[in-house]
Amino acid sequence: MARVQLVRIAHARSGDKGDTANVGLSALKPELYPILAQQVTAERVQKHFSGICFGKVERFELPNLGALNFLLHESLDGGGTLSLKADAQGKTYSAALLRMEIEVPDGLLLKDPVSS
Amino acid sequence: MVRIANGQGFWGDSLEAPLEQIRRGPIDYLTLDYLAEVTMSILQKQRSRDPKSGYARDFVDMVARGGADILERDIKIVANAGGVNPNACRTAVSKALGRSGVKIAVVAGDDISDRLDELLESGVELKSMDTGEPLSTVRDRVQSANVYFGAAPIAEALGMGAQFVITGRCTDTGLVLGPMIHEFGWSLNDWDKLAAGTIAGHTVECGAQCTGGNCQVNWDTIPDFADIGYPIVEATPDGNFAITKHQGTGGRVTVASVKEQLLYEMGDPHEYITPDCVADFTTIHLEQDGPDRVRFSGIKGRPATNMYKVSISYSAGFKAIGMLAYSWPDAYRKAQAADRILRKRLDNLGLKFEAVRAEFVGVNACHGPLAGEPPPDIAEVALRFGVRSNDRAAVERFTKEIAPLALNGPPVVTGLGSGRPKVEEIVAYWPALIPKSCVTPQISVEES
Repeated sequence: MARVQLVRIAHARSGDKGDTANVGLSALKPELYPILAQQVTAERVQKHFSGICFGKVERFELPNLGALNFLLHESLDGGGTLSLKADAQGKTYSAALLRMEIEVPDGLLLKDPVSS
Repeated sequence: MVRIANGQGFWGDSLEAPLEQIRRGPIDYLTLDYLAEVTMSILQKQRSRDPKSGYARDFVDMVARGGADILERDIKIVANAGGVNPNACRTAVSKALGRSGVKIAVVAGDDISDRLDELLESGVELKSMDTGEPLSTVRDRVQSANVYFGAAPIAEALGMGAQFVITGRCTDTGLVLGPMIHEFGWSLNDWDKLAAGTIAGHTVECGAQCTGGNCQVNWDTIPDFADIGYPIVEATPDGNFAITKHQGTGGRVTVASVKEQLLYEMGDPHEYITPDCVADFTTIHLEQDGPDRVRFSGIKGRPATNMYKVSISYSAGFKAIGMLAYSWPDAYRKAQAADRILRKRLDNLGLKFEAVRAEFVGVNACHGPLAGEPPPDIAEVALRFGVRSNDRAAVERFTKEIAPLALNGPPVVTGLGSGRPKVEEIVAYWPALIPKSCVTPQISVEES
């Protein structure tokens, strides 16, 4: 087993709805999805985003797409035009989630990280 | 097969994208989204100053530039550019086309701002979908109220022979689904097909965000961003479709690029609720079908609800943001010191704010506590300092406290050329639900 940052095995996209940010997490290859589903739990994501997300975290599964969707409630300082945040729409939260580390069996690791 | 292109993902998107979609290859429909959440309030203000305005002028400019090609190629245009004055938009488009006999439809009836009190009295509470509070808490500050219509009125307008369909507020997905319903004669109860069209609409509604824009996978090998192709739906009557872009344009359409957009602004994927149907994103099957083409199949949907969503905007105070950049050496420590000094000065002035926020650009403005400590020799750090208050005078006074720090605070600082911050009126968004029985779309077709 190895500790690996999600950025090596997944990609993500984040958006907003009011004061809630959504972060969709997608496995870079289908065979990586089960480990994401097993380890990237709502509780772990909540812990990862402490200091950013002040409400609950919900998780939804899209096994057809090898993806998970997380809703981070109360994470945008009110959201929209109310927010004083530089990233009022949580557009960089996708990458923030990819900083998280999980345990991956050695055989599943990709050789190269996503970026060049 | 019908080709439905998207040329505008939001108000403020590329001015060239619609024209490129028209000119770089064959399309049957061009769909355009000009309304962000609080755009209606801005357009209301415009209309109160000038009764002939209140619509997205960029759309008329586009028609002026691309009209000849649109007509020659017989492309149908579906846009929510009407804003709060779709009839005036039609008049302007008619003039911009410079040709008579073109059928232009307006879908109106979405504006319920005149009916709010009547609705509240009849028991329609218009509670916030975010907080559950009744609209009465902000009633005297409401600036606009518009119902999100879906695909059905657009399909009906196309059925009346319209080549241009101009709507007020409607869902982005409806702009794409409407043409499909019209072309393929889909029943408004065929939930699986309506869900497919809805998902096609969601995929293309943000323009290039599915064709390689904002895509994390091998972003630096995506060809020719400067000429990125906006997306095209290749739709067929059975509800299956493909997403692609014009040959020879930049960008990259892959399962990865499309998946990222599918996850964007997503709540519960089992129930993506629109006026037309409830789409189930967990039924989508994706397959790469050669370069820059992804096929969608297997999509299932469920019946629509009996409610429309309403977008209401209301005044919610004022805010202002100032920025100051500190350079090496000790850039972060100096920016942090400036933050403390500024807070103390505002305190000394007796100014009270509902919210005060300092972020350090180059360190943690994006990722907050996840960013960790910056390297001590970081080249530059910008302090981004914002305040929010119902008291405009307090926010105004704050704006005058940024510039002095260039001379009377920590050293080696620049204002980044931005001058004194501006006080912004906050127009906030109040999403609510209304029974469909309360509102009826009004469709009219006129010839230019």
